Amino acid sequence: MTRILLMGNPNVGKSALFSRLTGVQAIVSNYPGTTINYTRGYMKLGEETAEVIDVPGTYTLEPTSEAEEIALRLLDSGDIVINVANAINLERNLYLTLQLLERGIPMVVALNLWDDTRHRGVDIDLEKLRGLLGVPVIPTVALTGEGVKELVENVPRAISPHRPPGTRDQRWANIGKIIEQVQRISHRHHTWRERLADASVNQVSGGLIALAALASSFFVIRFIGEGLINYVLDPLFNNLWAPVILKLSQLLGGGGFLHDIVVGKIAGGEINFLQSFGLLTSGLYVPLGVVLPYIVAFYLVLGILEDTGYLPRLAVLMDTILHRLGLHGYTIIPNLLGLGCNVPAILATRILESKRERFIAATLISIAVPCAALQAMIFGLVGARGLEYVAIVYGTLFAVWIILGIILNHTVKGFSPELLIEIPPYRLPPWRAVLQKLWLRTYSFLAEAIPIILGAILAVNILYILGVFNAIANFTAPVVTGLLGLPKEAVTALVIGFLRKDVALGMLAPLALTSGQLVVGSVVLAMLFPCVATFVVMLRELGVVNMLKAVGIMIVAALVTGGILNLIL
Amino acid sequence: MHRFGGRFKDNKPEADPVTLAQLKSGQSGTVVDIQGGHRMTDRLNALGIIPGKKITKASAMLMRGPVTIEVDRVEVAIGFGMASKVMVRPDRVP
Ligand SMILES: Nc1nc2c(ncn2[C@@H]2O[C@H](COP(=O)(O)OP(=O)(O)OP(=O)(O)O)[C@@H](O)[C@H]2O)c(=O)[nH]1
Ligand SMILES: [Mg+2]
Repeated sequence: MTRILLMGNPNVGKSALFSRLTGVQAIVSNYPGTTINYTRGYMKLGEETAEVIDVPGTYTLEPTSEAEEIALRLLDSGDIVINVANAINLERNLYLTLQLLERGIPMVVALNLWDDTRHRGVDIDLEKLRGLLGVPVIPTVALTGEGVKELVENVPRAISPHRPPGTRDQRWANIGKIIEQVQRISHRHHTWRERLADASVNQVSGGLIALAALASSFFVIRFIGEGLINYVLDPLFNNLWAPVILKLSQLLGGGGFLHDIVVGKIAGGEINFLQSFGLLTSGLYVPLGVVLPYIVAFYLVLGILEDTGYLPRLAVLMDTILHRLGLHGYTIIPNLLGLGCNVPAILATRILESKRERFIAATLISIAVPCAALQAMIFGLVGARGLEYVAIVYGTLFAVWIILGIILNHTVKGFSPELLIEIPPYRLPPWRAVLQKLWLRTYSFLAEAIPIILGAILAVNILYILGVFNAIANFTAPVVTGLLGLPKEAVTALVIGFLRKDVALGMLAPLALTSGQLVVGSVVLAMLFPCVATFVVMLRELGVVNMLKAVGIMIVAALVTGGILNLIL
Repeated sequence: MHRFGGRFKDNKPEADPVTLAQLKSGQSGTVVDIQGGHRMTDRLNALGIIPGKKITKASAMLMRGPVTIEVDRVEVAIGFGMASKVMVRPDRVP
């Protein structure tokens, strides 16, 4: 099958174009480095079907990060390249174009973001550009689909004009000549977006904007999350689902092995969906009734932040602080992604240039950045004791993030490079794209989390029945009770935390803990062991040795922090 | 770098080159040299920072934080260390 590669500089709209060409949804965001892995789709090419690959963005064919290495490897496997270029700054984009042409692979150029050229005062002579490059050049607007049909018609005309290989300086000289002939820039006035752009990377106004953006994000997430729980999901579970479960409980005889696995424990005709721990009670209530509302709220807000183009500006503001942790400003993006789920966050570290940076970032994320599922449970359980306890949990995790980062910065060998990023223009988030992305992420949460949650609940029930938990509890009592001040049964939650942290926190609910104990339990659970999904990506991205190192750091950090909290609270 | 005065072209004095880190916010200039290794030069070139290019410094963060510039209608943020290796000749103020 013919394999078509979408290649180009970061943030030029490759993924948006990919979705247009194949109908497959890919994550589109307004910052460079969104795509860090390849996505595959198919399109009609005349009579036959061709495979289309959305490749991570790359500035040159000399890779500086794992994501760019992936792009380079994919290039060897392609038959045709659609080189997606940014019409607003063609000059810079042409470097990769020339490098690709020198490779001798058949190519067409999609001059994307064509809609921006008008109000940005950029005028490009397409005929001349076609002549100079020797390949078809099609203006496109991936956002609206404009030009996509012409692009598809021109893919079969992709050719290689056999450009001789050149050196870096020769290429830039050639590009200078091309630009002189094809591009005209007219003057224009500053827009409000550009004024906002300047304000958000200024030390003082930028700091205020960042505080306002983060604070309002937090309140909006909480407002939407709590709203969905109080007005939609709790009524659904309590009024519609509870009667069904009570009937089922009667049918199953009100007790026994099967009853406990399916329905769980029911005390006095009242169902506590969080504590009963049956597949159809807690197994559905945890993912749908507690976590889902926060997943929706979090990814809605994150999607809007991503699409406005604010995040790279936040990266600039955070750069000085993150340098103290051995990272640079850009790592704020993987860290924020980690507040949703640690798995894509650790994958996102592929855009970082050095191994050391990736190790520090992945370790910090897996230890001190709680995912949305865990946070939802923290709000539900700890929040019920008072918001000040929630604040202690967050404050502790933040302090661990900083302190551990400083320690790692002083102990991990290697170098951490400096920030160098392109800051995209502010854009109004296209609401359709925002909703599509929200759906994509919510769906993948449901598809990936529900089976594991049900599996975890099944495992809990079986391990209880077999008495395994009792044995573990007695064995670990010195640490759990002595060091952390928790009842010895709490260890079961720490064990299940390896499967799903949300279910694990739910296991602390029936233990009648004091508020202080609940805080210790939540913090230790958040820090100790990554869940199995995170564990697998860490293994893949860091390798066995570094993954083991990270886990070692994790265990020590969790026990020390838990021990200190136990002494204070 | 020249120690005294500037070179003369069209009978008007030209300012001495300064590093991008030293350039004042809001000031424009022309990139004259990148004093870094091959890899760093490659990366800066890829973002449009090439000798001969006109740039405008948009802002700088305190405490040796990153410098943001505008080059070819795009904003780019550059770490302080790298910005200290990019030589820029400031525009003459009319
Ligand atoms: N106005 C306009 N915006 C566009 C167009 N194409 C893409 N965008 C926006 O540009 C941003 C980047 O789009 P992506 O598709 O994520 O870019 P990408 O090339 O895949 O980026 P990386 O994966 O980071 O390399 C998003 O905010 C899109 O909504 C277009 O033709 N016009
Ligand atoms: Mg992409």
